[in-house]
Formats: sequence, structure tokens, C-alpha cells
Amino acid sequence: MAAHSSVLSVSRIINRLWGRHLGNTVKVFGTTLTSHRNKTLHVPLPAKYGGRHTVTLIPGDGIGPELLTHVREVFRFSCVPVDFEVVHVNSALEAEDDIDNAITAIRRNGVALKGNIETKHTMPPSVKSRNNLLRTSLDLYANVMHCQSLPGVQTRHRNIDIMIIRENTEGEYSNLEHESVSGVVESLKIITRSNSLRIAEYAFQLAREKGRRKVTAVHKANIMKLGDGLFLQCCREVASGYPDITFDSMIVDNTTMQLVSKPQQFDVMVMPNLYGNIVSNVCAGLVGGPGLVPGANYGRDYAVFETATRNTGKSVAGKNVANPTAMLLASCMMLDHLKLYNYANLIRNAVLTTMNETRLHTADLGGQGTTSEVVQSIMRIIQSKGQLTADM
Amino acid sequence: MEVSNFNKAVSNLSVIGSSFCGRLFLVRHLALGGSQVIVRMAAGSVWRSLVSQVMGGANRRPAVSSFSRGIQTVTLIPGDGIGPEISAAVVKIFDAAKAPVQWEERNVTAIKGPGGKWMIPGDAKESMDRSKIGLKGPLKTPIAAGHPSMNLLLRKTFDLYANVRPCISIEGYRTPYTDVDLVTIRENTEGEYSGIEHVIVDGVVQSIKLITEDASRRIAEYAFEYARNNQRSSVTAVHKANIMRMSDGLFLRKCREVAENFKDVKFTEMYLDTVCLNMVQDPTQFDVLVMPNLYGDILSDLCAGLIGGLGVTPSGNIGANGVAIFESVHGTAPDIAGLDLANPTALLLSGVMMLRHMGLHQHAAKIQTACFDTIREKKVLTKDLGGNSKCSEFTTEICRRVQDLD
Repeated sequence: MAAHSSVLSVSRIINRLWGRHLGNTVKVFGTTLTSHRNKTLHVPLPAKYGGRHTVTLIPGDGIGPELLTHVREVFRFSCVPVDFEVVHVNSALEAEDDIDNAITAIRRNGVALKGNIETKHTMPPSVKSRNNLLRTSLDLYANVMHCQSLPGVQTRHRNIDIMIIRENTEGEYSNLEHESVSGVVESLKIITRSNSLRIAEYAFQLAREKGRRKVTAVHKANIMKLGDGLFLQCCREVASGYPDITFDSMIVDNTTMQLVSKPQQFDVMVMPNLYGNIVSNVCAGLVGGPGLVPGANYGRDYAVFETATRNTGKSVAGKNVANPTAMLLASCMMLDHLKLYNYANLIRNAVLTTMNETRLHTADLGGQGTTSEVVQSIMRIIQSKGQLTADM
Repeated sequence: MEVSNFNKAVSNLSVIGSSFCGRLFLVRHLALGGSQVIVRMAAGSVWRSLVSQVMGGANRRPAVSSFSRGIQTVTLIPGDGIGPEISAAVVKIFDAAKAPVQWEERNVTAIKGPGGKWMIPGDAKESMDRSKIGLKGPLKTPIAAGHPSMNLLLRKTFDLYANVRPCISIEGYRTPYTDVDLVTIRENTEGEYSGIEHVIVDGVVQSIKLITEDASRRIAEYAFEYARNNQRSSVTAVHKANIMRMSDGLFLRKCREVAENFKDVKFTEMYLDTVCLNMVQDPTQFDVLVMPNLYGDILSDLCAGLIGGLGVTPSGNIGANGVAIFESVHGTAPDIAGLDLANPTALLLSGVMMLRHMGLHQHAAKIQTACFDTIREKKVLTKDLGGNSKCSEFTTEICRRVQDLD
């Protein structure tokens, strides 16, 4: 550690004096060391070399590979300075080598874009969900999803604009199960004070950054008095430090009832893992389905982007009918994270224009378009903006 | 307990008696602080088998307590808040429909029994054990009263293992979702609501979710029998076995095993998140859903929200010894209690569910049609349904329609 700190201070001096001349070399050198020391103060920049970022890509199963291929196509076409390091994870294997490789790759690059890895529940219970392993190993504690009604999509409810922040590592997904007596299985749900404080803090920070007025904590503390009671208490504690933001709480069954009748009343919602799963899927369904909403998993050091509802989409895989919107918007979120804002806005606007103005919809939205047609339309719109593009 | 053994002996007797393909008059004395004489007529064996089909797999013994021409006793628990007024409304409507139901009103408040255990009052328990059918209004759960909620007590006392909630769109009460017609069957005794929680170290809490083979098999069997008896085409098991491999895996395995014995009913399994996603986009694709406790709680409330909320949703709880308690699931609404503003629809529809359970399909259909017609006409509606009539006016209107339907 002492060696690191001395090198760090040297690199800082070098950066100040000759930063302009030495360019990216110093930035990379300084960055790698900073991440070891100043853990609590600053989010390390992801891997960047020669002006290009490297991002881990995990194709996953089902529609994952084809959608991510489209993302790469759009990126290549728009000349986005991102290189993908592809890591395949075979969900049929019992060994965890594949997912370990993926995790190492993400640690190396700092950012990932992934499809959903299937969990075959015909395999023995010791084989854990790969997606869950990834999230817990990298400590991606916040799952953020922004559900917005899109003007071009017909839904029963209009004017929905909800941000859902879900605790992503503990709760019911702790993977601690045992069969103490034959025929009796116990599954443990763990709630800790530190994680609950962390996610509440994240929720309020995000609400403040985005100018949101209200945060609602979703819980079931009337039944799970200790567990969800602790979560609620942590949220209240954090809320007291943000007097400009209204805080209220709602029981999860009432929440789902309100969501299907009056979803416009919700602004930002924060909740533990399982309720997050339910509420995020309900909200995704309300705004138009799993093909539309992108999701992001943020940790202190890493960020992984995927579709919000994490579907494998086996029934539509390989048929060129999947909706590429969610994955493309997730890749735009990734570009925002990499601070490539121009590219992010370019692609996002093209996607939204195709959705709302051109109204080229895939089958899940009731349209006739194929995935490739939608992607072609997006690339045409990008080309028409006059930016530098590769060949189609 | 003495009384329940006596009940068992009596029911066995009546089984033997009714096997004589004729009627048998059975007179029983119950010596519990006074003697009550109840005249019962054991049903003919044909009717008995029909009724036991309708009541589902809950009771293995042939149903003793249901008859065709006799008056069925039902324990009525009015409850708190708006409970008494909506119960009175339901009684009035049943009278108008000439349903062969005799009400026994009981109150349930938690009392401390011998040994310090909280229980429901003896007369309520005895009445329910005898009649086997109950209709319950909303019960208030006092905070910091020292005893668990009344609903929990009732559940434990009668081992109410299945919570059944049929959700059918009500014509005339418009929601963004039309054509909803599904039933949620929720395991009601274990799962996440076992109430077993510990503080491991300061700041770390563990809640235990319990899934047992027996309870899972029992609920799966009930679900399939319900589907069969009510002409439902498919049963979907809702689970999260990709994450909770062992617990939901066990539940799923039991459902699959039970499905083998019910080949006439289609069985599918679906992840909880997929169900939620599809439910809000297209609820018509679901029929009967069976699931463990927590998912059931949330999904059944979600489905209630689809059709208009808890004020119009019926609910039934099926217990292990043939006991069935039907209830309204909304709250006690203390702010409108006693003001004749309450909406009795939820309790009424639960009463209709109860009539179907007892095999009185004609009366059930009559009352349901009258209720739905009243709501569709939109002339006499209580405030929560969008009108400004009083509860009594709404009730009178339904009674009038019921009598007109005769």
C-alpha cells in the first residue's frame, strides 16, 4: 500500500506537469492506482486505452446473443469508441468457471453489457443462478429502472414516470437454503442494516440528482416485522437527511393494487430484492412490456447494464421478432456511464424516434416489424443526423 | 377435544346411516353450558357425493353438513367497523332470495386461554366446528394489544390452508382491465409468513421461509380439485425456483406430482416475474393460479386491483376439517362506520361463493345476477362505486331485483 501511495503521488505530479503531453498513459496509470486507495471518494473510470473504452459483453441465452449483435452493429455504424470483450457463459455446465471468467473480465473492464443467463431448474439446487452470482460477487447493490410511458406505445395507463431502485444483493435472493428435516425446506431472507442504509442513500441521492419530489419505500413490515421493519427504519433514517424530498411507505400488496389502478401517483420507489422483482415487472408491463425498458446494476466499482426485466425470451429467440429497444437503451445508459454523452443521445434519439414517430414496432407491441428492420431504421436515422458513420 | 371427537362420532354415524339410501333423522344434544338440540337430516348418498365434489378435496370424509332440502347453519361473524352493517345487508339479501341458510351470529375477540395461549372464544369455535361454514366481515387488528391479529388466530384455529380469490371483472364497474376471469389459490399457512425471524447480530436480521412437502401437496391437490369442480381448464404454478432453488423447487415438484393425477386439467408453471409482467398486459391468459404464501398475497391483491379493488373482491378460506370461512378482505373503514355508506358487495360476493361451496348454485346465481345488474344499471350505487346512494338503498335495490328474478 505504501508503494502504491508513493507511486500515486508521483503519477499525480507527472499528470499535473506533463499531463497534456503524456495523455492517456498517465490517465490509465493514475486511475488504476487510485481505485485501490480512494475507495470511498471517487468512482474509478472504466478501462480506457488509446481513447477507446473496453466493455465486457456477455451474450447469455435466448434473445441475448442476437440483441447484443445488433447493439454491436449500431455501435460500429455510429463509430462509437467502444470495444467489446466477449465472454461466453454456458448455462448448462455445473462448474462455475465460465461465470468466474466473466466476473474477472468485468473487474478488469469495470463496465459490462449482458444478456440474461438461463437458470435451468432441472439442475441440482447447488447450481446457483449465474446472474445472481454475478451481482453478488461484484456487489452490484443497486438495480435502477426507469419506467416511462412512451408516446408511440399504446397502453392502458398514460403518463407513467416511475424510477425503481431495488436492493440487488441480499433479501430473499441470499441463496441460503437447507433441508433440515426431509420434506421441510428453509430459505433464509437476510436484511442487513448496512445494505439497507446503502440502498436508501442511493435512492435519495438519485432522486435529488434527477430532481424528483417523492420517494416511496415498499415493504411488508406488518408481517415481517424484524426484517422489513429494519429496512423501513433505515429508509426513514436516511429520509431525515433529505428534507426537500417527501418520503412515504406503502405495503407491497397495496402497492401492486395502486399500480394497476393509479400508477401516476408514484415517483421514486425503493425496496428490497423480491418486492423489487415484482414491482419492476408490473411497471414494465404497464408501460408496454419487457422489450422497452432498460435496466442498470450499479455497484461501487462496477456497472452492468441489461434489460430491466431480465428475460431470456426463449420463445422468440432466433426468429428475428424480439424488440431491440430495451437492449439499445441499456447500451445508451452504458454510454452515459462512460461519459460518451453525445453518442448516447444520438442512439437514444434514433431509437425513440423509430418508436414514437416512425412507429415501426415489433410483434410484442402489436406491430409487424422485424428486429432487423427496426435496427436498420435506427441506423438510417443516425446517418441522417450528419455524424460520421461507417458503412451500413 | 371432547366436542370434536363427538362430532367425528356423529358424522361417522350419519355416514353409516345415510348409506341406507334413505333419510335418517339424527338428534344430537350438545352439552356445553346448556343444551341445544339440533335436528339434522342426513342427505341421501347421491346428493352427498355431489356436494363432496363441489366442496373439493378439503374433506376426505363425505360431507355431513350439507343437504338439499334442509336449512344449513352458517356462523356469521359480523366483525368491526362497517362489519355489522354490511353483514345485516347480506342477511337481508339472502332472506329476499329465500336461501336456506340459518345464521348464527358470533363475535371473535382474542381471549387468553389456559396456559396463556391466545384463542378465539369457545362459543365461536364450537359454532364453527358444528356448522363448518362461516361468513366473516372485516376484523380490526389492534396495534400493541399483545395478541396476534384475529385473522391469524382464526387461520391457526381452523387450519385454513387455502385462500381462494376468484377475480371476475364486474360489468358496470369500469377498470382499465375488462374480461378478467381468474382464480388465485394461495397457500395460507407457511412460506414467508411463518413469522420466524431472528436478529443474528446487531444490524443483521434473518427471516425464515418455510416450505414443506405436505403443505405444498395439500394446496396443489386443492387447486386441481377446485379446477376440476369449477370447470376450469388450466392450473398455473407460480414460483421463483430459479433463485430459491430448494424451497420453490420443492413446491414445484409437488405441484408436478399432483398434476399427474389430474390429466384433464392442463398444468403449466411460470416464474413470478413473468406472471406479473403478463398479468398487467393481458390478464385473460390466466385461469387458476396456485402459489406459496407471499407470492399469493401480492398476486391476489394485484388481481383484486385489476377488477376494482378490495371493496368488490370475494375471498374464501378452506380449512383442513371441512371448515370453510368466506370473508370480505377490505378493512373495517372506521371513518364511515355506522353512517350507512358502506359497500356490501365484497361480503355479498363472498356469500355467493359460500352458496356455491354449499351446492346452492341457483340461489348463488340469482343473488350474483341481481348484484351485477344493480351495479351495471348505475342508478343506485354506493359512494366508492361512483354513486351517492346509501348502503340500505343499495341493499333494497338488490333485494328487489332478487325477488323480481323469482
